[in-house]
Order: sequence, then C-alpha cells, then structure tokens
Amino acid sequence: MREESGVLAVQRVSVSLSGRRILDEVDFALHGGAFCGLIGANGSGKTTLLRTILGFVTPTSGRVVIDGGRRLAQIGYVPQKIVLDPAIPMRTRDLVGLGLDGHRLGLPLAARARRRLVDAMLEAVGATSFAEQRVGELSGGEQQRALIAHALIRRPRLLLLDEPLANLDIRSIAATVSLLRRLALEYRMTVLLSTHDMNPLLPAMDCIVYLANGRAATGRTEDVVRGEVLSRLFGEHVDVIRVHGRILVIAAGAGNGASTDIERNPEHVVQVP
Amino acid sequence: MSSLLSALFEPGWNSSEPVLTAVVIGGGAAVVSGVVGVLTVMRGQSFAGHALADVSSAGGAAAFLLGLNPLLGFLLMGIIAAAGMESFSAHRIRERDLATGGVLGAGLGLSALLLYLDVTSKSTTGAAITVMFGSMFAMPPSVVPLALAVGTSAILAIALLYRPLLLSSLDPALARVRGVPVRLIGLCHLLVVAFAVALSAVTVGAILSTALLIGPAAVALRIAGRPGGAMLLAASIGVAATWGGILIAYDSYDWTGGHGWPVSFCIVTIIFLAYLAAGCPARDKVRAAARPGKGSVQAAGRG
Ligand SMILES: Nc1ncnc2c1ncn2[C@@H]1O[C@H](COP(=O)(O)OP(=O)(O)OP(=O)(O)O)[C@@H](O)[C@H]1O
Ligand SMILES: [Mg+2]
Repeated sequence: MREESGVLAVQRVSVSLSGRRILDEVDFALHGGAFCGLIGANGSGKTTLLRTILGFVTPTSGRVVIDGGRRLAQIGYVPQKIVLDPAIPMRTRDLVGLGLDGHRLGLPLAARARRRLVDAMLEAVGATSFAEQRVGELSGGEQQRALIAHALIRRPRLLLLDEPLANLDIRSIAATVSLLRRLALEYRMTVLLSTHDMNPLLPAMDCIVYLANGRAATGRTEDVVRGEVLSRLFGEHVDVIRVHGRILVIAAGAGNGASTDIERNPEHVVQVP
Repeated sequence: MSSLLSALFEPGWNSSEPVLTAVVIGGGAAVVSGVVGVLTVMRGQSFAGHALADVSSAGGAAAFLLGLNPLLGFLLMGIIAAAGMESFSAHRIRERDLATGGVLGAGLGLSALLLYLDVTSKSTTGAAITVMFGSMFAMPPSVVPLALAVGTSAILAIALLYRPLLLSSLDPALARVRGVPVRLIGLCHLLVVAFAVALSAVTVGAILSTALLIGPAAVALRIAGRPGGAMLLAASIGVAATWGGILIAYDSYDWTGGHGWPVSFCIVTIIFLAYLAAGCPARDKVRAAARPGKGSVQAAGRG
C-alpha cells in the first residue's frame, strides 16, 4: 500500500534528545515543486527537524518518507556554514566537484564532462568569479553559493537548507532567495528552507512549516500565518499584522514585560523596517 | 653528476648495502608519510598522528625483546592504537583529543616497560635509542619486503579513499549526506596513518616519525594549490630531506672523526629548515595583495 505522500512526508514525527521532547507529532507533506519555509524561533527545533529528515536523528515515533525511498540520493543539503581553515588548498571548484562524486572510490578522472558540469553549476549559482579561490577564504555569502552548488550538482529532488539567510546582508538575502526560487523552478526541485524570519521569503514561499512548542502548523502561507492558527500553536493569543508587505507576529504579552516570550519568539518584538 | 657527488660526498656511499637499504626504505617511508601527512593535517589530526607514532614505539620495543621484525612490531602496535582511539572517540573534537591522549599515555607507559625489559634482559642500552630515534644504517634487509607491502597498501588505500577522505575532511555532515560512512573512513585514515608512522619509525625512529608525517605536509600545504599537488610536493620534500640527511650523515663520519651525526637528526633538521623557509609570510602577503578586501578570512578553528 503506497501512501499519497508527495516528495517528502513527515508523518507524526516526535523527537526527544537527552530525554527532552524537541518535536511533538510534527506532521506535514511537501508536494513536488513546493518552496517551503521552515519558520521558528531559536531553539524551536528547525535544525533537529532537518537532521531527522536527513536520517541523522532517529525519531522516537513517527517516520519520514522520501519519495522513492532512496533517501540520500534524493536530498541535497546546505548546512548553515562549514568551517574550513583558509590554509587548506580546497577550492570552490573542488567543493562543487565533491558534491558530484565525493562518495566515489578511486582517484577522480580529469574528465571533460565532469569539468563542464562543475563549470555550469558554478555559473548557475554565480560562483564563477571565485571558482579558483579557497573555500576557507570565501565570505559568508560566497560560501553559501558554493554550498548550494555543491548540493545541487546532483540535481536532488529535495533541497534542505539550514538558515541559509543568517549572516547575510539585506541585498544578499534577496539575491539568495531569488536564486533559490529560480533554481527550484529550473531543476523542478522541492525546497525546505529554515529561517527565523519569514519576511524575506514571502515573495518566494508557497508553503510554511511553522514550529513552536515542539509542534508545527503547516500549510499554504496565507492559511498558516493567521491569528487563530498561530494562537493555537503558541498556546496564547497572537496577532498577525500585515504592514508594508511585511508580516509581524505579535504575542499579547509582548510590550508589557513578557520577556520570556520575547526570548523564545523573537518575532514578538515589533521591528519597523 | 656522479663526479659531483663524489666530490661532495665520501666515496662509497652508494655501494654500501646498509646505505642502499636506508635509501630505499627511507625514500619509501618519506613518500608514504608525505601523502598520508597531507590528509592528516587537512583533517586536523596531527595530534592523533603524533600519538600513533609515539605509541608504536611500544611495538618496536616488544619486537626488539622478542627478536621479531621491528617493522612488524611498530605496525601492530600502531594498528591497535588506531583502533583504540577510534573506539573511545566521539564526534566532538575535544573528546577525540581526550581519547587520543588516553591511548598515548597508556601506550607510552607500555613502551617504558618494554624498553626497560629490553635494556635489562639484553644488557644493551641501544634498544631505546634505536626504537625512539631510529638507526637507519642498521636496518636488517629482512625489513625490505614487509616495508614494500606496507607502503604499497597505504598508498593504494589513499588512492581508493581519496574523495571520501577529502569530502569528510571538508565537513562530516556534507559527507554523510553524500552517503559516505564517515566513521569508517576516519578509522581507515587512522590505520593508514599507523602504516605510515610504522614505516618511518624503522627509519627515523618512533618519536621522530611525526616530523616526517607532519613537516613536509605542512610545507606542501602552504605552497600547493590543491590537495593532490600538496601530496606530491610533500612526498618530494620528504624524499629530498631523507636522502639529503642520509648523505650528510654518511659524510659526517668523516668530519667528526668516526662518530658521525645520527641520520634522524640530519633528516629532521632539513625538514625543519624547509618549514622555516616556507613559513615566511611571503605567500600570504602575495595572496592578500592580489585580493584587496579579502584580508579578513574566516576563523581557522574546526567545528
Ligand atoms: N543533541 C542534543 N541533545 C539535547 N538537546 C538538544 C540537542 N540538540 C539540540 N537540542 C535542543 O533541541 C532544541 C532545538 O534545537 P535546534 O537546534 O533544532 O533548534 P533550531 O530551531 O535549529 O534553533 P536555531 O534557530 O538557534 O538554529 C534546543 O532547545 C536544543 O537545546
Ligand atoms: Mg538551527
């Protein structure tokens, strides 16, 4: 019996780490081509959820179904950042090449076809200008592009990105989001991207997985980001305010000294752009 | 060329059998150490390499005691130590270093006992010097076939695992996503390091084999543009230092009135001089000047 699952189905997944429940019956499915934001405050379990989808964390209950079953062959993963000593002679080009065949045994053949694939991928993410530069020397935004190219070169069906917008300035954020949106369409890829601020994603995102209190509210953005839905998720009254194309999620407690809420949910703090 | 050599060096250096054995095994050990050393430095495992080298001395001491092939002793002890480090070790770097330190302490303790037994039971003080600092001109020719086998398998293993090793040294999570069994690869790497240091231990001694593993690799990584190039360069530097050291040590019998300088000293000194020469910041300045505004690079720590 085959369930109707789309590309990724997270089925009532609960995760406990060191005896603490981090995810509680998280349940959602992504259909082919979805561009989905995984939204939540620091510590809400975004990384844990992505690691569970990758199979690095075993759920205490529930399961993750990846279309076709061959989990890793289908997934591209972009970690938040990698730390590499600039003294290590590994160029952007090498990083991207290893995305193609880094798991293979034997010495790499200097095949022309491989070089062409790597060049095309570097071009697609706009990394040609630093292709020969060492990975350890790249800026945050450049490394982000290199890692995206590394993840995409095998044309995965599902791309997971962990906080790809952190540490980027406003222009790089917009550029990264539109790059990802373009690549997702071009490669017919499903994207799940974690971030603590959903606003930069609004032009691109068509669905949302909103994490709070270990639970998730999921669906189309306009269905999830609504006062009653988020109030239920947060377990307290929440207002959703749309202003100048931005969405502000404000808890009732914010502004009158509910500091714990502000810490847990930084979006409670009203920021005027 | 040969007339130049005989003008520079004592005649006869290339016809004596111990010297030829030293040239062959020393050169082979330098090649293996150079290649393996580059990966060891890239993976941030210099300390593990050093510990494996030191711990293998217990095996050398045991072989001395039992009258076995010394290379076999170094090798077996290195393999045991590598397996021990891997099985105690965890993902976090600090815990990995603690596991390495634990194995290092235990191994050196065993080495102290075995060397003591060597010295007392064989009533010779040479054992400790030979095991720790090598005696290149006194290698039994019986070492050669095993050395060849060990060296060849180390190089083949690196060639086979080249890409998974590089990818997992880049970032373990990226490697796991590509389906690389990261822990198994780590264990294989440690085993290959054990092979490399065992080979150098019979030439320059257990303690100094770190110098052959890390020194040429550190120089090569400063100069080369790619991992493969760094491996070739490190191997060449190691071979040049080893052969240069052998020639100088052979010559030194003449200058010093028959005592001579230890080969290990000459080799390690050449490596250190190469390190100092490459350590001058010229390259960094050139790179920084070529890329204005890229001076501030990311923190060099490894997560
Ligand atoms: N190995 C672990 N053992 C115990 N608790 C853990 C472990 N890893 C994460 N946690 C806890 O799980 C919770 C969720 O962590 P996670 O890293 O998934 O959050 P996140 O949403 O990615 O946060 P951030 O935005 O800060 O990256 C945190 O409270 C964290 O302390
Ligand atoms: Mg996180």
